Amino acid sequence: MGGIKDRVAVVGMGCTKFGELWDKSPDDLAVDACYEAFEDSGIGPKDIQAAWYGSVYSGGSGTALARPLKLENIPITRVENICCTGTEALRNAAYSVAAGIHDIVLACGVEKLKDHYGGFSSLHNPQDWSRVDPFLPPVNFFAKIALRYFYRYGMTVEEGKRVLAKIAVKNHQNGAKNPKAHLRKVITEEQVIKSPTISYPLGLFDSCGLSDGGAAAILTTPEIAREMTSDYILIKGIGLCCSPEQTVLGTEFDYTHLDENVNSARMAYKEAEITDPRNEVDLAEVHDCFTSHELILYEDLGFSPRGRAREDVEAGTFTLKGELPVNSDGGLKCFGHPLGASGLRMGYEIYNQLLERAGERQISNARIGLTHNLGGVPGPNCAVVIYGRHD
Amino acid sequence: MVGIVSFGAYVPFWRLSRESITPGAKGEKAIAHFDEDSITMAVSATLNCLGDRDRRSIDRLYFASTTAPYKEKQASSFVAAACDLPRHLVTADFSNSLKGATAALMSASDAIGAKTAAKVIVTAADSRLGAPGSEFEMNCGDGGAALLLGDTDVVAALEGSYSVSDQIMDVWRTQNDRFIRSWETRFAITEGYMKVTAEAVAGLLSQGNMSPKDFSKVVFYAPDQRSPMGLAKMLGFDPSTQLQDPLIGYIGNTGTPHVLLSLIAALEQAQPGDRILLAGYGDGSDAFALQVTEAIKDLNHDKGLIAQVGAKKTLNDYRTYLLWRGFLNPDSERVYVETLESTSVPAMWRERNRILNFHGSLCKNCGTVQVPPQRVCISCQSKDQSDEVRMSDKKGTIFTFSMDAVSSKVDTPVVIPIVDFEGGGRGEFYMTDRIPEEVSIGMTVEMTFRKLFFAEGLYHYNWKAMPVRIGNK
Repeated sequence: MGGIKDRVAVVGMGCTKFGELWDKSPDDLAVDACYEAFEDSGIGPKDIQAAWYGSVYSGGSGTALARPLKLENIPITRVENICCTGTEALRNAAYSVAAGIHDIVLACGVEKLKDHYGGFSSLHNPQDWSRVDPFLPPVNFFAKIALRYFYRYGMTVEEGKRVLAKIAVKNHQNGAKNPKAHLRKVITEEQVIKSPTISYPLGLFDSCGLSDGGAAAILTTPEIAREMTSDYILIKGIGLCCSPEQTVLGTEFDYTHLDENVNSARMAYKEAEITDPRNEVDLAEVHDCFTSHELILYEDLGFSPRGRAREDVEAGTFTLKGELPVNSDGGLKCFGHPLGASGLRMGYEIYNQLLERAGERQISNARIGLTHNLGGVPGPNCAVVIYGRHD
Repeated sequence: MVGIVSFGAYVPFWRLSRESITPGAKGEKAIAHFDEDSITMAVSATLNCLGDRDRRSIDRLYFASTTAPYKEKQASSFVAAACDLPRHLVTADFSNSLKGATAALMSASDAIGAKTAAKVIVTAADSRLGAPGSEFEMNCGDGGAALLLGDTDVVAALEGSYSVSDQIMDVWRTQNDRFIRSWETRFAITEGYMKVTAEAVAGLLSQGNMSPKDFSKVVFYAPDQRSPMGLAKMLGFDPSTQLQDPLIGYIGNTGTPHVLLSLIAALEQAQPGDRILLAGYGDGSDAFALQVTEAIKDLNHDKGLIAQVGAKKTLNDYRTYLLWRGFLNPDSERVYVETLESTSVPAMWRERNRILNFHGSLCKNCGTVQVPPQRVCISCQSKDQSDEVRMSDKKGTIFTFSMDAVSSKVDTPVVIPIVDFEGGGRGEFYMTDRIPEEVSIGMTVEMTFRKLFFAEGLYHYNWKAMPVRIGNK
């Protein structure tokens, strides 16, 4: 069984500004993201042989991408895997290239949340169960994780909230430097700690932005990429897993880690032949939907030993100038989280960092970058992608 | 010997001080939480009544109320399902009259006497609304009661009864009214309550050649604190020694279940051999003579009425009461943000064993308990190899929790614990009757049947977690 390592190249990427884009339709977001990728790569829409369109709520079939781009009579599949949707589009596109079915393909993710009253909270899922169980916004799951993490590792709620506040402050510092980010304000720990409670113990500034946005990637074989340009990166590993609601069905789940994170990372590390992630990964874009998730992700992804993420946060390990920068573009926290676009938005940051195009956020000598998404609570799915420079 | 085998009271956790309605007013009244109605309170009372008795032996359940949530749709079948009673069961609702509880008691006693039923539950609950500022609002409280009737192991034998039917417009509510109406109180009390109840009691005494002296306690329906005293005096009872306290000062007039709640209060303090006279009122009166047996000594009522009167939280906050009753919300029955309040009737019907009966699955292969029931075991992956087990009577421990400050204007904050059940199984539930500052990891909880919200034209129910109210916490 061959892995994905070095079999697929990313030759162009695009990403819209994220935010409350009242004047943009889902079609506009797809056009803006894909045309940036077209211009970046020199590949035009007529060169695209197949496409994957990722969206949770904004567009129900491949036509949602064909219509705005006028892609004529090529195979297009709409994919959905909750918050992993953007990465899922990339993953399917990459596999078609690796399988030798297509040479040049497009992956695009779009989400238009702010056309729904209140954004995320008023979106409707398919009615496949009675919904008499608590069906509250995702913050509640990550609040439970925060509380249990504090409890397990002997922190008071006040101490724990200060650790989480440092994560929010870091992501805002990065986001402020990013013209495409939704929220571009530097904030203080006190502001985070004193922000209104959304779900105890998490507050407003522990929560990511709800945004509209789109992102796209053009993939091809390394051979074709090499002929076209020196500005391309390679996919080194992909991991994806879905879980059977272990968070509530079994009593073993400890609410201080997520097996989905651990296992998706394990799959991707195996393909990428990474054995010491803390030292081999140069930067990571992780799913910081809430600060408590970024905290446990440091441990789930193998960056910090179990129970020791706090020490790394306090040491500044994950800041832009730290040993392993995390969310250099501001993360979900500041860049925003249009569900179907987020995975590709993270890829966009890795792409720019590895090609040394990240401006004042540039991390020196970045060679390996990781993206991570987690979707759904309970019953999460998780996707991890590792990208690397080609030279 | 037909009589009461067991009894169970339900007084909501919450009290409203009357002072908060009208400055200077005395006492408090029990108020249903926003998630309680006559169905849920009847379930709580019935579960208290059943204790750990074998539920398969029950063959009828009668429910009495003037405030059943549905005009067309039986409440007793909800109560039976939530109490996990067998499907081979007669259910009936006694509605539209405060006399419903005694009518149901009469009917149950007749069925057992006629040997057409062996064990019958009579449960009653009400949450009647008086208009803001009215005397009714001041007096009315909420609650539920349940009696288990049978002809063996009887703690109080039914020795006789006498009924009067009467038509008088004293207290009423039309199909379009939200609040109770009445004619002038002096007319309603003197020509209705006093005269008609007295007529039934007099009939009972004369029929059994009895006199007031033969009774250690007399239990009357109580529209207010004072009227039962006048009635007792008029009939020749000594109000200071014989009249059961009418509960108005600290619970309020609970409507249909009220006479049963007062009876339960009397039974909790009764001695073998005591005789009790019971008289309900509403569109007539049903009067009963009961005699307490030796078996009363063995009946545990640690979680009974007296205990529940003490296990409470008092609100000095009329605004919260109005919020819970839907007066401060344009969508009066909305609890959560709109999208959380959507469901599917076929899906709820498919899941009825876990939503109403609150069953989990117990894997026959590896013993893993899962909530709700699963076809494939999460531990050993065996398929369709599980038995259903009842979770509603199991306690649990909070593993972790969240408190959502933004998803509800009524249930604020929405407390969502992860509950690990004794004997296995884990679930995520709404938490009710909690004081947010007191919720903690490791807290012991018990389960209670509650109303979730009203959407798509119907009421949705499910089980919620709550702190253990009485007993080992």
